[in-house]
Amino acid sequence: MSEIKHYLTGVRKFFKRLFARRIVIFGAVIVAFFIFVALFAPLISPHDPYKQDLKLSFAGPSREYPLGNDELGRDILSRLIYGARTSLSIGFVAVLISAGCGIILGLVAGYVGGAVNTIISRVMDALMSIPPIMLSLGLGIIFGSGMTSLMIILGLSTIPTYTRLMCAQVLAIRNSDYINAERVLGASNIRIMFSHILPNCLSPILVLFTMNIGGTILAEASLSFLGVGVKPPMASWGAMVNEGYNRLITNPVFALAPGICIMLLVLGFNILGDGLRDVLDPRLRGSI
Amino acid sequence: MTRYIVKRLIQSVIVIFIVSVFTFLLTYMIPGDPVYAMLGGDITREQYEIAYKEMGLDKPMHIRYINWLSNILRGNFGMSYKYRMPVIDLIKARLPVTMYLGTLSIIISTAVGVILGILAATKRGKAIDTVITLLANLGAVMPLFWLAVLGMSLFAMHLKWLPSYGFTFPTENFSMSIKQTILPLFALSVGAISGTTRQMRSSMLEVIRQDYIRTARAKGLKESQVITKHALKNALIPIVTLTGMSFRNVVSGSTSVEIIFSIAGTGQLLVNSVLSKDVATTQACILLVAVVVSIANLIVDISYGYIDPRIRLQ
Repeated sequence: MSEIKHYLTGVRKFFKRLFARRIVIFGAVIVAFFIFVALFAPLISPHDPYKQDLKLSFAGPSREYPLGNDELGRDILSRLIYGARTSLSIGFVAVLISAGCGIILGLVAGYVGGAVNTIISRVMDALMSIPPIMLSLGLGIIFGSGMTSLMIILGLSTIPTYTRLMCAQVLAIRNSDYINAERVLGASNIRIMFSHILPNCLSPILVLFTMNIGGTILAEASLSFLGVGVKPPMASWGAMVNEGYNRLITNPVFALAPGICIMLLVLGFNILGDGLRDVLDPRLRGSI
Repeated sequence: MTRYIVKRLIQSVIVIFIVSVFTFLLTYMIPGDPVYAMLGGDITREQYEIAYKEMGLDKPMHIRYINWLSNILRGNFGMSYKYRMPVIDLIKARLPVTMYLGTLSIIISTAVGVILGILAATKRGKAIDTVITLLANLGAVMPLFWLAVLGMSLFAMHLKWLPSYGFTFPTENFSMSIKQTILPLFALSVGAISGTTRQMRSSMLEVIRQDYIRTARAKGLKESQVITKHALKNALIPIVTLTGMSFRNVVSGSTSVEIIFSIAGTGQLLVNSVLSKDVATTQACILLVAVVVSIANLIVDISYGYIDPRIRLQ
């Protein structure tokens, strides 16, 4: 019972330190807001985002359609709300894939070392030397477009960052006393890797995870803008900018609104990540 | 030091080799027939048979790879299905454009970023620091394509101060070149400037807290001398790595910029070839970019070894 209390006090202290700076609260609120919008999209959005009404093509803001309509007469506000769903789901799933694979690869590479480390590191270097958009485009030719493909593609492109980070961490603590003590006690390698080394490496991974979600959302928007990512009729902020930028003078909201949403969401995740970094390791340089 | 260079060089070669294997396998990873992937769907049966033999599809995989590689090393990247010309000609025409924009962007972003970072760090807490930090954070989250689109609509379509598309080399028409490259360069550099500013600021702040800076001040040196002679050299070390990394981002960022501003560069080539499933061109673009980035990283790592003695002694 006292253990649970102790644990809860630790959690409370963590959040107190995390939100000590007002700006981190701001970031958390932004992220929470968008998550809320994405989760409750069907309830919040005033219209069906896929319903077309060609009579209203490129209409400006009106009472019924607060942000106007797009080329096919769909409600921009609803598409914006559903776009949050697209961005957040792709962001989370892709980063989960990245982190999952990257952590395991980094753990194995760092712990086993030797030839395994060399092979994994070289393959990760090769993956990193192809710029992310090019990699996504190249993989896009294989996997096609669409949400699942995009999740896999974006997931694959950031694995090297996690692997490198994890590997460096593991190498640092691999020969420390408490790990050696576990070996002496007879713990198997797998147990050492997952129960002892992994938990001690998680702090920077958590920071990277948060920042990475922002980066993935930006990447998805860029790919959708180029026409290689999420395609209409699916709602995606990047694709909306693509549809809207030719009409920027007559109908500015169409291209501006999705861009602002992308900026806010990514900013929120970045601020949150910075705050986490300050809490988890004060020695690491925060930049805000 | 030489050992370090040789080790890094071998690593780069291995990395490029792995990338070449990946690009080679691209043809075979596409759903569908590799011959159709290379030549397109509307070919006769004879053309199919000829292509089959030419592509060496009747030979085992490693022989095919060696043939492909020997072609590449001789400069033969195959024919582009979409543009109906040898891929190498496409690349020769477009690569200089992308490299010009990219290099210019890196030079500008590093210079501006370092200066802004130093300013923000030395005047920490004052108004200018808040403004710079705020702008840097905004610039880091701004979607590149959105910024390009906004810039184009504001300066090219609304105000009509600058042209909205096209590209000329400065050697051909200097003033037109400047006018055409301002917007793309700006869009391309904002992200890198933001990153460099943030990094420079935090590394300056960290360096300024060190004891040797306190000693320099205690010795009576002017503040400007303290900054330039002592703090700057040490603070610049992470910037070198950052510049190497931003090379990657500039190359990939250029895809959006090239599409928006209709600049005939390799980024636009890559996107168009992916959209039309032109495998040969896609392969060539990816391979080329990977090689360029690997060389850039190699140069950065080697110069890192020169600048930071701690790395050299590893």
